[in-house]
Amino acid sequence: MLEINNLHARVEDKEILRGINLTVKAGEVHAIMGENGSGKSTLAGVLAGRDAYEVTEGEVRFDGKNLLELDPEERAREGIFLAFQYPVEIPGVSNTYFLKAAVNAIRKHRGLPEYDAREFLKLVKEKMKLIHMNEDLLKRPVNEGFSGGEKKRNEIFQMAVLDPRLAILDETDSGLDIDALKAVADGVNALRSPDRAIIVITHYQRLLNYIVPDRVHVLMRGRIVKSGGKELALELEERGYKWLEDSVREPQSV
Amino acid sequence: MAEVLERQNTYLAAFERLERELAAAGTPALHRLRKAAAARFAELGFPGPRDEEWRFTPLAPLARIPFEPAPHDRVGDSCSFRIPSVPKGVIVCRLSEAMHKHAALIEPHLARYADWKKHPFVALNTAFMCEGVFVYVPRGTVLEAPLFLDFHAGRDDDGRVWYHRSLVLLGENSQVTLVENYSGPMACTYFSNAVTEIVVGPGAMVDHYKLQREGDRAFHLAVMQVQIGRAANFSSHAVTQGGQWVRNEINAVFEDEGGECILNGLYQASGEQLVDNHTLIDHAHPHCASHELYKGILDGKAHGVFNGKIYVRQDAQKTDAKQTNQTLLLSDDATINTKPQLEIYADDVKCTHGATVGQLDAEAMFYLRSRGVGLAEARNLLIYAFANDILRRIQVASVREELERSLLQAHHLPAIDAGEEDV
Repeated sequence: MLEINNLHARVEDKEILRGINLTVKAGEVHAIMGENGSGKSTLAGVLAGRDAYEVTEGEVRFDGKNLLELDPEERAREGIFLAFQYPVEIPGVSNTYFLKAAVNAIRKHRGLPEYDAREFLKLVKEKMKLIHMNEDLLKRPVNEGFSGGEKKRNEIFQMAVLDPRLAILDETDSGLDIDALKAVADGVNALRSPDRAIIVITHYQRLLNYIVPDRVHVLMRGRIVKSGGKELALELEERGYKWLEDSVREPQSV
Repeated sequence: MAEVLERQNTYLAAFERLERELAAAGTPALHRLRKAAAARFAELGFPGPRDEEWRFTPLAPLARIPFEPAPHDRVGDSCSFRIPSVPKGVIVCRLSEAMHKHAALIEPHLARYADWKKHPFVALNTAFMCEGVFVYVPRGTVLEAPLFLDFHAGRDDDGRVWYHRSLVLLGENSQVTLVENYSGPMACTYFSNAVTEIVVGPGAMVDHYKLQREGDRAFHLAVMQVQIGRAANFSSHAVTQGGQWVRNEINAVFEDEGGECILNGLYQASGEQLVDNHTLIDHAHPHCASHELYKGILDGKAHGVFNGKIYVRQDAQKTDAKQTNQTLLLSDDATINTKPQLEIYADDVKCTHGATVGQLDAEAMFYLRSRGVGLAEARNLLIYAFANDILRRIQVASVREELERSLLQAHHLPAIDAGEEDV
């Protein structure tokens, strides 16, 4: 589904991604772990089309299409979803109005008729049950005055409604207490499916107790330095990131 | 400059010509007031270029046109009011009627608050005042339904000036919702000079809305003067959309302790529109709270001015004042001059102010686009959101829904379905 080959990206003059290679197949859950500054959020941003980043080398194919030449909205319509690390507050627009605009933009792109009020409400009710989302949050302006946990749950709820093929969760666990974390993980697990791939980006192993990944990758200084099964996450938790440092040290030029 | 002087004379000449007709409206005392105001206007003249209050607001476009008052027999045509039923003791009538029938009630108040001795346009309005709406709500009376006041210019008002004058008196613990609506035809150059005085008695509540939807060539200058009594509550939402040259002034004075004042506003301008909002909140007594949020959306070559004064007098301890002005500039040629002006003479107070000027938030744009919403729609949705942050605070459902609907339509966005409300 997703193929990343030798991806390099920078912000202004600083190279942040320095040759990422990653293949994700439908139905898989991949965890990308790394310390702050390793390039995790940059990778998420580049995949979703954030324009602060400049891709200098490499390519990303999504279902065979060249992802990097698509605008963010086109990527979303093709089925990519990014759960934001810091979801944006939009006072003045209700969650439902916003989501309906998004759902209908995606449906239009796919050649499906736009949902009317009744059909949309039915979809929303169904997904609300799945995610255990509070109805009050729907009528409130997008993320305004939401707690950290509510914001993250709202991201997962949006994911459920938009039904993406590839979901990228950017530090969805950050700032959550254990109850909120479990609630978010339950939501994500409910959305696991053979047609959908999920990339979980996180600093800590904790979330992966609840969302068990098929593959774990360690990102360090803009490269994936180690990949393994779910046990790699536990090893990282125990030993930290230090022991992997050697593998990324660049050969010194003489 | 010569033009400005000549124009002052145009207004004064009109006063002399109409004096006899004006004198017929109301008591001799009222007419003495008119004459004093006309004389004062002659002394004050139009604000000069060095007048700090008018620094960013060019008067030349207004001075260029010799506006003449509407014929006396037509003055009544341009204002009306709507209310489903008037409770016992409540008076709602034309000002011209009140000047005869309720002279004892209005004389102690009319032109006692809006300062015609200092403000040349208030002086003009006072000199010519004869029509508008008078509202009196006695002690303890609650008007459940909103009272709509409509001020409307007509097709044949090209070159005319309207001096609407309204007076609203609220007795102790009374309550009213007021909607002032100003409108007029397109392609018609008229000048709407309106003054509204509101006296909010002790414990009374006023929920005030002003919708300014004048025609695209209109000049609009409105001064609202509000006296807030002990533990009284005044809330105002001003939505400014029309006109080519617009100045709104709101002056609110706390006359006793424990009052609360909310001034919110939304101004939308494009083309070459000028929109100036001047507000003044005078915390003359302790334990009063004021909250002010003005938001503007400027496109094209529109020019916005915001000046928000807050005085906190020496005795006004425990004042809680918050002022915010946010302006969205949608084009490179749109400009805003924004100036918060806090003068604080008390020491135990909580006062904050903030002004932001900017473009649409890039992160919010990305957030919407990352959900599949296209560039143009995302932009429109954020403009709508910015404006709706004010509209959603409007308590009168019919007014709020109509404004929301037209805002959505103007930005090519789908209507809100039932069930999506409550934002």
